[in-house]
Amino acid sequence: MIKTDALIIGAGPTGLFTAHQLKLIGLDCEIVDNLDKIGGQCIELYPDKPIYDIPAVPECTGEELTNNLIDQIKPFNIKTHLGERVDEVKKDGENWFVKTNLGKTFLTPNVIIAGGVGSFEPRKFSPKECEKFENKSIFYSVKDKTIFEGKTVSIFGGGDSALDWAVELSKSSKVNLIHRRDDFRGAQATVDKVHELAKSGKINLFTKYQLTNVNGKDNLESIEIKHDNKEIKTIKTDFALGFFGLIMQLGPIADWGLNIDKKTVAVDTEKFETNQKGIYAVGDICSYPGKLKLILSGFHEGALAARACFKLARPNEKYRFEFTTSSKTIKDRLGVKSD
Amino acid sequence: MTKIIYNTHDNKTHTIDVQNGLTVMEGAVQNDIPGIDADCGGGMACATCHVYVDEDWVQKLPQKDDGEEDMLDMAFEPKKNSRLSCQIIVSDELDGLVVNIPSKQS
Repeated sequence: MIKTDALIIGAGPTGLFTAHQLKLIGLDCEIVDNLDKIGGQCIELYPDKPIYDIPAVPECTGEELTNNLIDQIKPFNIKTHLGERVDEVKKDGENWFVKTNLGKTFLTPNVIIAGGVGSFEPRKFSPKECEKFENKSIFYSVKDKTIFEGKTVSIFGGGDSALDWAVELSKSSKVNLIHRRDDFRGAQATVDKVHELAKSGKINLFTKYQLTNVNGKDNLESIEIKHDNKEIKTIKTDFALGFFGLIMQLGPIADWGLNIDKKTVAVDTEKFETNQKGIYAVGDICSYPGKLKLILSGFHEGALAARACFKLARPNEKYRFEFTTSSKTIKDRLGVKSD
Repeated sequence: MTKIIYNTHDNKTHTIDVQNGLTVMEGAVQNDIPGIDADCGGGMACATCHVYVDEDWVQKLPQKDDGEEDMLDMAFEPKKNSRLSCQIIVSDELDGLVVNIPSKQS
């Protein structure tokens, strides 16, 4: 079990800056994020899109913002647990007991939810019957490609993941690539490669088709796909892979006894505390009168929540406000020289 | 103000006066029309404000750009008349626009 002064859920810009604020005032913290990389929506949804409303930064991309924040917290060596989703948050005396989907546990007086619009999960096929084959013959990511050797694999999607896997798996499997339109949005070189492989018969290309049904007993046996002109084809296949990107889902946060309305958590504007003492929500996921879903608001909310954490983490000490420009203690924490 | 007609999946019709300049997505969210999630807040980055535009209106709307078509690849059950409602800006010309909201967004 890991003991820490505060646990942050979410490694997006708000979570990262909140970590900075906690460390600056002398508290420990660790960060958990369901994605396998740091940056949250900035990295997952718009790494290349310019942002124009970060104070004192006229223009930067989601990726640049993330990298700057990572630099800013570098002196603190903050432990981040990536690719893990917090599933459980339970009261344990004066503390919160937190457990991830991989079984990692934390004990902390403060939990700060900086979860954006929830955790990123893969988008799934629409026919309901797909669920029963999930992780057996239907996958939304590839962990072990050897299981596809010599088999028929039907890949759905038009982006880089779908195209890359179609090219890769065509070396040792029979590959069907199915997409809802003629245009692919992947890298041009990969698109060209796919067309080349389709010409030479290594990939069976089906465009303007979408999945309508799946058949099979324990394992997938065939799929039905429907053309824009309503024609339906049945294709024998051992596996189906769907690459439709990620979607944000509130997930387990809904079960922690918080006041949730329209996927956001109600907080006060002094501590950004929820209806549960010691659980805070900051950034896009919190709501209060006048809430703006801007990155700059998340920074402010995180700074205030961090001060509130101090009281619960150090009940016998008094928090003293200090400026980074003048405080020797803060400069020591940052590892920079004092004047 | 322009009238936008939102048909929700429960067969209810919501006729809303939306201010010109707002998007069809904002018109729905501000008036609590169910079924439009708009997780990314209008950034054309999530495909959770997906609507089916009434056939009569498909041709009358400004064309979608490439980014919108790319995002629609990820929408739940996209069709030929699919649009992201965050990319449709309300104006006088759209008075009476009918959009159908899908059963779910993901």
